[in-house]
Amino acid sequence: MDNSRQLIQYVLSGLSNGAIYALIGFGFAIIYNATGIINFAQGEFVMLGGMLTLFFLVFLNFPLVPSIVLAILISTAVGIAFERLAIRPLKNANPLSLVIITIGASILIRGIAMLVWGKDTHALPAFSGNEPLHIAGATIMPQHLWIFSITVLIIAANKLFFNYSIIGKAMRACAYNSQAASLVGINVKTMVLLSFVISSAIGSMAGIIIAPLTMTSYDVGIMLGLKGFCAVIIGGMSSGLGTVMGGLLLGLLESLGAGYISASYKDAIAFIILLLILFIRPEGLFAKKETERV
Amino acid sequence: MLRIDGITKIFGGLTALEDVSLFVNKGSITGVIGPNGAGKTTLFNIVTGLYTQTSGDVYLEEKNISLYAPEVLAGLGLVRTFQNVELFGQMTVLENVMVGLHTKSKSGIISCSFKLPGQIKEERYIKEKALHWLEYTGMADAAEIKANNLPFGKGRLLEISRALAVEPKLILMDEPAAGLNSRETSALANLIRKIRESGITIVLVEHDMELVMDICDSIVVLNLGKKLAEGTPREIQENPAVISAYLGES
Amino acid sequence: MTKEKREILIFLIFTLAVLITPLFLRGSYYLNVLVFIGINTMLAIALNLLLGYAGQISLGHAAFFGLGAYISGILTTRFSFDPWLAMIISALMSGGLAFIIGFPILKLKGHYLAMATLGFGIIMFIIFNETVALTGGPSGLSGIPNIHINSLVFDNDLNNYYLIWVITLMVMLLSINLSQSRIGRALRAIHDSEVAARVMGVNARVLKVQIFAVSALISAVAGSLYAHTMTFISPASFGFNFSIELVTMVIIGGLGSIYGSFLGAAILTVLPEFLRVLQDFDIVVYGLMLILMTMFMPGGLISGLRLIGEAIGSRIKRKSVSNA
Repeated sequence: MDNSRQLIQYVLSGLSNGAIYALIGFGFAIIYNATGIINFAQGEFVMLGGMLTLFFLVFLNFPLVPSIVLAILISTAVGIAFERLAIRPLKNANPLSLVIITIGASILIRGIAMLVWGKDTHALPAFSGNEPLHIAGATIMPQHLWIFSITVLIIAANKLFFNYSIIGKAMRACAYNSQAASLVGINVKTMVLLSFVISSAIGSMAGIIIAPLTMTSYDVGIMLGLKGFCAVIIGGMSSGLGTVMGGLLLGLLESLGAGYISASYKDAIAFIILLLILFIRPEGLFAKKETERV
Repeated sequence: MLRIDGITKIFGGLTALEDVSLFVNKGSITGVIGPNGAGKTTLFNIVTGLYTQTSGDVYLEEKNISLYAPEVLAGLGLVRTFQNVELFGQMTVLENVMVGLHTKSKSGIISCSFKLPGQIKEERYIKEKALHWLEYTGMADAAEIKANNLPFGKGRLLEISRALAVEPKLILMDEPAAGLNSRETSALANLIRKIRESGITIVLVEHDMELVMDICDSIVVLNLGKKLAEGTPREIQENPAVISAYLGES
Repeated sequence: MTKEKREILIFLIFTLAVLITPLFLRGSYYLNVLVFIGINTMLAIALNLLLGYAGQISLGHAAFFGLGAYISGILTTRFSFDPWLAMIISALMSGGLAFIIGFPILKLKGHYLAMATLGFGIIMFIIFNETVALTGGPSGLSGIPNIHINSLVFDNDLNNYYLIWVITLMVMLLSINLSQSRIGRALRAIHDSEVAARVMGVNARVLKVQIFAVSALISAVAGSLYAHTMTFISPASFGFNFSIELVTMVIIGGLGSIYGSFLGAAILTVLPEFLRVLQDFDIVVYGLMLILMTMFMPGGLISGLRLIGEAIGSRIKRKSVSNA
């Protein structure tokens, strides 16, 4: 009985972390599909979401909802500024310069966050208290429910947006072939900017809902960003559902590995999976194989 | 020299080449022509080991080279140029040709780092040879120019010089005249003849019909991934299937 | 003067400058900074061979630096190996590991390669932290012996300075030789067009792995030297941030330039000393430098210097022509 309760606990926390990884992975995939860039600064939007909410809520004593809205707006503004100031003016856009520019941006955002808020780790209060709920023998924190429902909402909204709205379809067209898209009158530059807007907004939301569970500080973005990237690699860049599966799988494996094998190697698990997938099946577990053209 | 035997290539669900066979005689100039999308460049990519065919085999002097990597093929004397000119842009013209001599030299990382005596001698040989090939193609004046700063026509010429440095038996040229003016094209025709006279076999994909009819000994026509016809330039010009394919196209 | 002779002359002047610099310095502080510049120069050159010449990024190079330091530190403290022997073993083992993992890793390109090397770096960092019985874990490994040649012990700043810089100069010379050989050309060819390089007979796959291994080997030598001069190492020196710092050195100095790597290493070693007053401000400056350099001076500072040099050169030439 005790064993199975423990297992359920591991599964629950694994899934909730996994949902966060999936959200962060979504952010990666949206920018990658629109621009071919892997945005190494993606994790910093996650950090900004958590830290900004904390700042408004705890330091300025704003109510919860306005704090969250402001945090998302400001993170998104940072995303826009990043695209306008560093990505768009880049003339020689080879993968190497793009990797370096996004790394530079990530360091810069992190550094500024550290200068502004210091190096301390903070806890964000849970959205609706810390009274655990008992469902079918397992204990679940209300924050877990928040995480699951917001994740499902965001994913559903994404699906609707990209499949049914005209702008979403235009963004997908850019991803397939930006030249052809611009020929039929789609403003590719706007679409690229929009991809940064959406992905920084989703990233910061992920940072906000996870912060009550895992604490937050200026440097949480590195690990969370990398795990989100693992999720998207496991799932495959082009597959939305794959990213969700990838995130959940990663969260589960991590939490079970930490519980049953060794807690100190928890972070290594994600990266070993990342390397294995990149070596064996770089197109991801859940995506169809694409033919490469020279 | 080169025998292509029943090559089929399928991308996803799209058949780019279907059961294409052809034979290239030693010392000949063979043209491969066809409308856009006929599969000419795909065929080159398969022969040079950049793509793997779905089925079929390629033989170089009766040796099955179907699964050989490009770098191995270079060692066997098969080399190519590219439709979009693939130069080493940050390197000088001379250095580009020196890379062509990679298979003709063998110093490893250790002897290069320590400048062992053999390496110094080899380096001198590489430089002399590279200069020789630049003179051969008439590019010696440009030796110290960065490849990215060359005018387009000179870039094509550099690609040929670099390919010659491999001392190949067979050169595949992918649209060598594309983007050249008429003066450059006629110089190219002379160079290709000169290369053939030195004993090198040439296969070229080309859209410039005048050039193809002028220099080729035999011509293969591809259309929609299939071989439509082959023969001497005259036979091809009179072939009704070829005429209708080209007219139907335009 | 031919290109080759000019190259030799520059190296001789540089060597002379390195050898006499200590005569003008007082106090161990500056010597100490110069020792770090030497170690970082080796590391930046190692990474530059991979990043600047072959065009393959690694965001996990601090791991090889750490591996060299730890293998050397563990062999000497726990198994009482001679430091020189430990250094050789650590270099060969790190190079060997790079050779093995190089085959699957360097099959990847661009962003994927960046992420894979980053993942490797983080896994190694976790191993340094968690194998407490061997490495001492987060609190570090202390009591690593100094290097000695007979009775000459490298335990003071001046001796360390000469030890580190003689080896750094050797690394520089060998790397310059390598970069000007057929191997160096083949690497640059891979950088510019891998397809064309392969068609010319360059075995890109094997050559990339080989240069990855050489790069890891040099990094491990630097790591071993670091361990034996500091006598104390801890995982914090070999993390993700340091990998990024190494990339920053190479970019700022100039991709594909050995002297550029020295310049980048020197700037990034000295900068934090100046910024110490501002506390933690260095990280913001690094970020800004990475972005600005990539946007406005992709050739690095060395190319900027070269442009200035050429401008001065042509002005002098013009003057002498007009005088004549």
